[in-house]
Amino acid sequence: MIRLFERWALDAQLVLGILGLTLFGVAMIYSAGQVNVPNVVTEYAWLRQARWMVLALVVFTALSRVPLRWIEWAAVPSYVVSLLLLALTLVIGEGRGTAQGVKSFLNLGFFSFQPAEVAKLATILALAQLLSQKESGINSLRELIAPGMVVGIPLVLVLGQPDLGTAMAFVGILFTTLYWAAAPVWLLLLVASPVVGLIVSFNTVLWSMFIVTVVGFLVLLRYRLSLFESVSVVLANFATATIGRPLWESLADYQRNRILVYLDPEVDPRGAGYQVIQSKLAIGSGGFEGSGFTIGPQKRFDFLPEQHTDFIFAVVGEELGFIGTTLAVVAFAFVLSRLVRMASHLSESQAFAGLVLLGIFGFWLVHVFVNIGMTIGVVPITGIPLPFVSYGGSFLLMSWVAVAIAVRVAHEHP
Amino acid sequence: MNVHHPHALRRRALGAYVILGLMMSVLVVGFFRIQVLQGEEARLKAETNRVRSLPVPAPRGTIYDRNGEIVADNVPGYQVTILPASVDSVRATLRRMQQYMHLSDERIERVIRTLRAYGREVVVEADADFAAISALEERRSDFPGVFVEMRPRRRYQLGDAGGHLTGYVGEITGEELGSETFPDTVYEAGMIVGKVGIERQYEAHLQGQQGVRHVEFDARGRIVGDFGGAPQIAAEPGQDLHLSLDLDLQRWVHRIFPDSMSGAVVALDPADGGVLALYSAPGYDPNLFTGGIDELTWASLNNDERKPLFDRAVVGLYAPASTWKLASAGIGLDLGVVTPDEVMPEPCTGAYFFGDRFFHCWDRAGHGYNTLAEAIGNSCDIYFYQLAERIGLTRLLERANDIGFSGQCGIDLPQESSGVFPESVDFWRERYGYRAREGEAFNLIIGQGPNSQTPLKMAQFYVALARDGSAPAPRIAREGELVGGWELNLAPDHIESLQEGLRRVTRPGGTAHVRTAVEHWDVIGKTGTGQNPLSVRGLAEDHAWFAGMAGPPGEPPEIVVVAIVEYGESGGQVAAPIVAKTADYYLRQRHGIPVDTIQTYWDHIRTGPIPPWYRRRFPEVFRVQDDQRPGAER
Repeated sequence: MIRLFERWALDAQLVLGILGLTLFGVAMIYSAGQVNVPNVVTEYAWLRQARWMVLALVVFTALSRVPLRWIEWAAVPSYVVSLLLLALTLVIGEGRGTAQGVKSFLNLGFFSFQPAEVAKLATILALAQLLSQKESGINSLRELIAPGMVVGIPLVLVLGQPDLGTAMAFVGILFTTLYWAAAPVWLLLLVASPVVGLIVSFNTVLWSMFIVTVVGFLVLLRYRLSLFESVSVVLANFATATIGRPLWESLADYQRNRILVYLDPEVDPRGAGYQVIQSKLAIGSGGFEGSGFTIGPQKRFDFLPEQHTDFIFAVVGEELGFIGTTLAVVAFAFVLSRLVRMASHLSESQAFAGLVLLGIFGFWLVHVFVNIGMTIGVVPITGIPLPFVSYGGSFLLMSWVAVAIAVRVAHEHP
Repeated sequence: MNVHHPHALRRRALGAYVILGLMMSVLVVGFFRIQVLQGEEARLKAETNRVRSLPVPAPRGTIYDRNGEIVADNVPGYQVTILPASVDSVRATLRRMQQYMHLSDERIERVIRTLRAYGREVVVEADADFAAISALEERRSDFPGVFVEMRPRRRYQLGDAGGHLTGYVGEITGEELGSETFPDTVYEAGMIVGKVGIERQYEAHLQGQQGVRHVEFDARGRIVGDFGGAPQIAAEPGQDLHLSLDLDLQRWVHRIFPDSMSGAVVALDPADGGVLALYSAPGYDPNLFTGGIDELTWASLNNDERKPLFDRAVVGLYAPASTWKLASAGIGLDLGVVTPDEVMPEPCTGAYFFGDRFFHCWDRAGHGYNTLAEAIGNSCDIYFYQLAERIGLTRLLERANDIGFSGQCGIDLPQESSGVFPESVDFWRERYGYRAREGEAFNLIIGQGPNSQTPLKMAQFYVALARDGSAPAPRIAREGELVGGWELNLAPDHIESLQEGLRRVTRPGGTAHVRTAVEHWDVIGKTGTGQNPLSVRGLAEDHAWFAGMAGPPGEPPEIVVVAIVEYGESGGQVAAPIVAKTADYYLRQRHGIPVDTIQTYWDHIRTGPIPPWYRRRFPEVFRVQDDQRPGAER
């Protein structure tokens, strides 16, 4: 029996962990539907999620039997196709459910889905394809241009929707993959510096100290970077600092509000701050043990926003308490660390597989950290779902496709 | 070196674990802080978020009349309340509500102002009708934060027959809250309180104690149920109030008072000063005020030329005219300056010379020599001028003030006016700038000059005449202690001669006879013709007064009634029948005689033959006719 499972799953630990999270998700979606004044849509969401789970398992079974060769071969075409789909979405995309404002869905008549979900996997594959060629690693800023482009194009298209959360996932993918491709940490830090500079540019003193640090860093590293590269970093920092204020002004009201509310939810307790305040209250009132499965009063009486999708973890917090949240976080940590462990046991010839695994690691890590973090106000609110747990059929399916790819690439020795 | 060599991979994996571990630790620490360290605080906050303590309105005490009939009680009503939320969303919700119930824009802004000021739930409509409530309940999700509660609603049985008397209730205003009558230790915003009349006077007695209810709400403001975590406090109903008022009599007065006329009727029980009826025409329906009067109705009441909100019985001040001559006579007897049988030295020739001018009698033909009773019967001014000379201005002012003609009677109503009467001779210097002359007494003594009284005050004075010269303060409620009251030092034969004077007005040949003669009772009283600013200039008729009392023949009076009809011209023709009919109705009820809608002799002969009882009661009328029949002389 255990043998049979191992043969089916290819990596029993990873698949078992994810299967557990998926079932946990169905259970929590069921609980999220148990409210005082039932709503037909949310009451039976768990049944639809369960049906998607069955479909996802079928797809996983089939896809995990596809030869690695095929996946490698499909990487670039699927990347190109997904870019086309993302571009198309910008033109004819639709909003969905609680995210009407974000035009992220493509409607194919019988079926609608988020091309960004496909694009994330395609980008991971394309990026892995590109970086697996560089056996000697990455040592200069110039070498980052190509991978940066691979991620940058879909990232810009996704930002155009605008979907900040998914864009952050792309950034996560880029960084973890580059790290695995042996890009030195100081190089990654330099790449990230303009973004950090953007944030600190709101305080002149802070930014001055920051830019001095960056320049000092560049002087230390003067033998490893060309002058052109060093100057680029400095110029990039100046550029982001300059556009800081205009960029802030160009943000939509709701986006600005979300950032302000992240700093202090009480600035708008009934508007943008409402979700964080209510979510923190529900999670806090769960205490150590929680109020019990399905009986959380804040959830039941409709205080929780989007409780079966983005804020599903608030239900976990209220009903299962600190024990439940910790166990769930540990479960995610286990699954994520399993990806790293699988990558670290590969042979030299499996560079592609390792990069894919770390890409998926980056993708999920951002989703898990941002989604859970926003329910307790650690991260600003961005509408991204919690993998395997949040309600959402196509997202669940694509996450399982990622699992299938992960176990397949790690399983096969070319 | 291949960067994908297993050794390099292990090293980098370590870095990935560290990053992963750090990030997951941030989350776990975050949950530990929120759930374990601040968990209890969050739970309390979530509860206060969800649970609100709502006041449970206490039903006001029921008001009963002297026969135990209900004057004011409570019926179940529906109250619509809104919870605080952002101003925009509250405004949008209330705008949507306008489709289903009457809600003015002005009211919406007032609700929002109150919400901002107090930050607690606000009553949108204290008395919504059932159709509106059903419409709201059907569309609950369109009305976040709105909930409907049962609330006792005040109902007044008398309607516009007794608005001034009962008063009405309404939501406490910002100015009232915290005032002496409404201390904020007892009252809070949103409470329904007595505004005027009995409701206001006995507010503390009727109010009761508001209860508290803890209700669990969901995020959309829907009531989920009572919250078990805190004790509920039941509302304590207010105490009942028993009045000396006769509900049926009050209705009867409303019925017989001439429809198009304005005025007042006061009926008192001479036994204890209890108010039997207190009527001001035109009236208003206090039920209109229940649940907040709408602006349109309020404006029409307020701008009505006939001033229906003005309480003529208790607030209205009128020149008492000849009805005040009884006060003059009473003071004269009390001081001993005149005796009942004595005639004044100067006969009435229609005019009387005093000081440097002539004072006229209303009847230029004159009345000749008069005793006190005759002078009252004839309303002879010349007699009273001579009485004024005997009393003197100073003593007249002193005694009139003693019996309260410049003050209030002390009735248990908040609105009573003080009478207008000079308190001393300084009055003329302060008001008109000249020294008072002895002649001022001539005006005062016949109820003219700076002498204005409420119908209630005159009724209280006639109570003294119906008794032994003493008058308790008129009272509406039976509860509570008596305050006020005064006494004239009159002997029984004094009272007898004053009543004899009144009898001459209503006996055959008297000015008020035909319209006051009734089958079972002796009705006696005094007419008055009160000048007013319009009548002095010839623009309108004088006010018509009649102050009287009635009882079974040969027995002390059992009811005192005063009626005034504004611009009614003749006290005998317009005011007197109101008094007679009021007294007749009350006495018939009291003595178990069936009520008849045709009451006075005048009513009978207008619709049919002379009633048999009239021949029986006033045989002298027919004897005179028999004597004058040709050939009757022996």
